[in-house]
Amino acid sequence: MFYRENGQFKSSYRADQQILPITQDRIAMLVLLLAAFVVVPLGVSDYWMRAILTPFLILSLAALGLNILVGYCGQISLGTGAFMAVGAYAAYNFQVRIDGMPLIASLLLGGLCATVIGVLFGIPSLRIKGLYLAVATLAAQFFTDWAFLRIQWFTNNSSSGSVSVAGLNVFGVPIESPVQKYLFCLIFVVVFALLAKNLVRSAIGREWMAMRDMDVAAAVIGIRPVYAKLTAFAVSSFIVGVAGALWGFIHLGAWEPAAFSIDRSFQLLFMVIIGGLGSIMGSFFGAAFIVLLPLFLNQLPGWLGFSISTALASHLETMIFGALIVFFLIVEPHGLARLWSTAKEKLRLWPFPH
Amino acid sequence: MGFFLETLFGGLMVGMLYSLIAIGFVLIYKASGVFNFAQGAMVLFAALAMARFSEWFPLWFGFQSLILANILAFIAAMAVMVVVAWLIERLALSKLVNQEGITLLMATLGIAYFLDGVGQTIFGNDIYKIDVGMPKEPLMVLQGTFQGGLLLSQEDLVAAAVSAALVVVLAIFFQKTATGRALRAVADDHQAAQSIGIPLKRIWVIVWSVAGFSALVAGVIWGSKLGVQFSLSLVALKALPVVILGGLTSIPGAIIGGLLIGVGEKLSEIYLGPMLGGGIEIWFAYVLALVFLLVRPQGLFGEKIIDRV
Repeated sequence: MFYRENGQFKSSYRADQQILPITQDRIAMLVLLLAAFVVVPLGVSDYWMRAILTPFLILSLAALGLNILVGYCGQISLGTGAFMAVGAYAAYNFQVRIDGMPLIASLLLGGLCATVIGVLFGIPSLRIKGLYLAVATLAAQFFTDWAFLRIQWFTNNSSSGSVSVAGLNVFGVPIESPVQKYLFCLIFVVVFALLAKNLVRSAIGREWMAMRDMDVAAAVIGIRPVYAKLTAFAVSSFIVGVAGALWGFIHLGAWEPAAFSIDRSFQLLFMVIIGGLGSIMGSFFGAAFIVLLPLFLNQLPGWLGFSISTALASHLETMIFGALIVFFLIVEPHGLARLWSTAKEKLRLWPFPH
Repeated sequence: MGFFLETLFGGLMVGMLYSLIAIGFVLIYKASGVFNFAQGAMVLFAALAMARFSEWFPLWFGFQSLILANILAFIAAMAVMVVVAWLIERLALSKLVNQEGITLLMATLGIAYFLDGVGQTIFGNDIYKIDVGMPKEPLMVLQGTFQGGLLLSQEDLVAAAVSAALVVVLAIFFQKTATGRALRAVADDHQAAQSIGIPLKRIWVIVWSVAGFSALVAGVIWGSKLGVQFSLSLVALKALPVVILGGLTSIPGAIIGGLLIGVGEKLSEIYLGPMLGGGIEIWFAYVLALVFLLVRPQGLFGEKIIDRV
């Protein structure tokens, strides 16, 4: 009824290839962006902004990066935390060692360093795949965990491995209050999501998907495996690296290697699976789900009128995560994003089933 | 020289323990083509069950004997692992038949989280001890040959003997019994095995039970050495490079991989560690496996995978 596309004719290739070909979608996206940029900063409490929305945005960005690698190119990675850590520590080093380094430049340079490390650890993917590769990326995880803890140079000789940044500003505007941090992350996320969406629609994105679906066949029709896989690693770890830098600089402010531990890698993988493999929007759904679920689980016993210990609550949380992963893999391997598009299909015909 | 040998033997013993966990991975991969990320969680779960049952049974049934408590606890823990295997098959794997390897891998990741949560909810999350009466005091050998002699831990020797026995039993099971052959058939090709009448469901329950058994043995040995706690499920992450190095389909590979990594880890920590800042045990195994994979992607004894379109 509300979602009918009758009469929306496309008369040019340009119109046919838009990201959002349906008018209702465009309006919805506009409303969403407007809400995110205007309504949320005005109407949401500082607590929500600081503790939920900012982490949600940054984790969505990281999930987006991981989704390019796992969802689009089919290269499973358990080392996302490592690439986030590289981004964060590299950005920190640029910020500390170069006088007057602009914040955005150091974040992006952090991403570039993550790209280099990502490609380096992506090289084994040329010879090995699937299960073996998952273990190979774990090597990156353990190696960076160790490197940032033990090699003092990376942390500017702080003995505990923890570093902190302060007095962030962009073109003289300070990034201090929750609203400013939120908006700063939001701009990053919107720009990167748009770039990623266009990238996966382009020739290189189709090469990744061909690689994922059947690598030997893709090679036969002239797709270079080396190029396709390494670009996927490069793009993915760039985005993940920037997300890591944002996580350290904007969300945490002060951090140590444990902030990017193997748990973070698993968490991001879960976001990608639950949200939807091979879907940009799915990354956001997944991040929202994983950020909100613990909050919901903490509140639920209170609403139902009984209380549980924090230890039990955290065990329940792990259990529910585990069960949900299996559930989604069985019932809806394409995750929440597919549920969303199914709902849209239904809405198109609603209220008549035919 | 004495110190070097001591390190070497220490490494071999630790490596044997890694192999014990690695065998669990190989079993499931060999028999069902699933890379079981939940092996670590299974080790923790089995060890928790064993530790708690051996504590609870004397209280419930009012007897004192430690041996009886341990035997009963072992049997009960094994029964629990069979139930877990059955549930995993029922609730997860039977619905994911013929899916891609990556999907199955991620499913086992989910199972791992679930098992960790359930185990700690039921059995608690303190540090528990398993006392199966393993000799604790170290053994002094070859005092005549070297100055100071060689210090060997009896515990480690027992562990090595147990894992060796486990391997022999498993090898016989896989090579000589009809069930073992059926397991290997399923690993080669699910659909083909199904079509000649091998009951996939039962096979999977059996495989996961056997993996549960090896997890229990590994859990008991690690647990009586270090105590049962959450970090036990992380030890399994150490077993991953072992499997990769040895080849995913080979039990001898798991053993030799384990020994190589155990020794490499100890020697590198002692001789390279000081140069690099110490603590390189964390990543040495992984980087070793990674470098090795570049040269020989299928591992030491793995089957070569040939892609055809």
